[in-house]
Amino acid sequence: MARPYKILVVDDEVDLEPLFLQRMRRAIRSKRYSFVFAHNGLEALDKLNEDGEIDMVLSDINMPQMDGLTLLEQIPKVDPNMKSVIISAYGDMKNIRTAMNRGAFDFVTKPLDFKDLQITMERTLQHVEEWREALSSRDRLVALQNELDVANKMQQSILPTEFPRGDDYDVFGYMRAARNVGGDFFDVIRLANGKIGLAIADVSDKGVPAALFMMSSRTLLKGAAIGSEDPGQVVSTVNDLLTEDNEATMFVTLFYAVYNPESGTLKYANGGHNLPIIVHPDGSSTVLPSTRGIALGVMDGMDYEQSTVTLSPGDTFVMYTDGVTEAEDADGEEFGMDRLMQVFAGSPPPADPEEAAMRIFNAVDDFSDGDTQFDDLTCLTLCRG
Amino acid sequence: MAINIERDGGTVIAKIDGRLDGANAQEFQGDLTASIEDSDRAVILDFENLSYISSAGLRVILITAKALRRQNADLAVCSLSDPIREVFEISGFDQIIPVRDSQADAIAALNG
Repeated sequence: MARPYKILVVDDEVDLEPLFLQRMRRAIRSKRYSFVFAHNGLEALDKLNEDGEIDMVLSDINMPQMDGLTLLEQIPKVDPNMKSVIISAYGDMKNIRTAMNRGAFDFVTKPLDFKDLQITMERTLQHVEEWREALSSRDRLVALQNELDVANKMQQSILPTEFPRGDDYDVFGYMRAARNVGGDFFDVIRLANGKIGLAIADVSDKGVPAALFMMSSRTLLKGAAIGSEDPGQVVSTVNDLLTEDNEATMFVTLFYAVYNPESGTLKYANGGHNLPIIVHPDGSSTVLPSTRGIALGVMDGMDYEQSTVTLSPGDTFVMYTDGVTEAEDADGEEFGMDRLMQVFAGSPPPADPEEAAMRIFNAVDDFSDGDTQFDDLTCLTLCRG
Repeated sequence: MAINIERDGGTVIAKIDGRLDGANAQEFQGDLTASIEDSDRAVILDFENLSYISSAGLRVILITAKALRRQNADLAVCSLSDPIREVFEISGFDQIIPVRDSQADAIAALNG
């Protein structure tokens, strides 16, 4: 505490002032307290209005012009967080109760026992400190919430809302943001010769810095994707660029594939992301064979293995983030890969990629049954007709 | 999340209980940073009782790995349950951070 606590003493007895200064002289000398005096409620309000440094009020009840109980009603209009201690006659429970009802923090009785008064003042000031701390955390929380809102808007703004479709394929992507966490994004990039780049990613952190990292990941990916049709090369390039200037040590998991509608082939590379599944016309699913590769931004010069699969007509390709597989039910059990594959088991997958994605969202919702969504939920689906 | 730190000479062994996610990653980072000294040669994160790790948790491990590299110290993780091991494998973190079966293995590998 840089300055002494400033206490406003309100009493119409003029000899109280020297008594206070005398009995509290040690605490005044050690700069624990300083005192301001007023002689009635009106004067006290003036002092509160003039002096923003007053930490607490100590007030008598019976005073001319404005009594202590009326003062208690008026103080919140000047400072809603001001704490007051009332001085009352011994045994005057009626006034004490009224004072407490009007927001007094505590009371002491006359004749004043200064030792007891000091204990009460200390307790009040401690409460004031705690209250101020709570207020400042609330302000920080509000600031954090604002920041998260900004981040959320940035995140939503980079997601595509129009998807390419061809004679025999259709794409759909959707992200449902969690309230506080987040960092998922996806992109669908039109490449030369009718090929389509499909990307799904999850940034390791939340807030504005993570959103900025997400934006640069997405921009770098788009640039690299247009420059090469080799997913391994694309992911490796993006990784080197992201690692170059990564002071905040963030990283992003990224799965990237190039789809060739003519042949149905998917050439892909994976930077530490959950492996997509292919749902076959009979409702069974296979997980894409894993390829070596680490999350992007961790270390430069890393190689990303690439592999190719071919989608048969009627197959649905499902990319997702860990918000899906790690969604929890009330008992803390995870949704997991098995339940994801179970979503489509037993019947042909929908021919509409939006419907396929919504089935997954619904299954996750049913599973978590109203539990708070911990993480962003994202699906990017492609149906080969 | 609870973290229990022991040290053996220049080796810090941190055992983490519970979940490590966005809600406590910063606290974990603070606790871990506070217990590592400039003169330490190695840090072993024992994940025997870790039930869940999110990407925010992985990020703290990455930050720790980078900080330790600057002071020429090693980082290893050990005693991973299957789901945690899977997270390490999927994210590729097992390619840059040694994953050991037990504390004893981790210590032996550091001394070897």
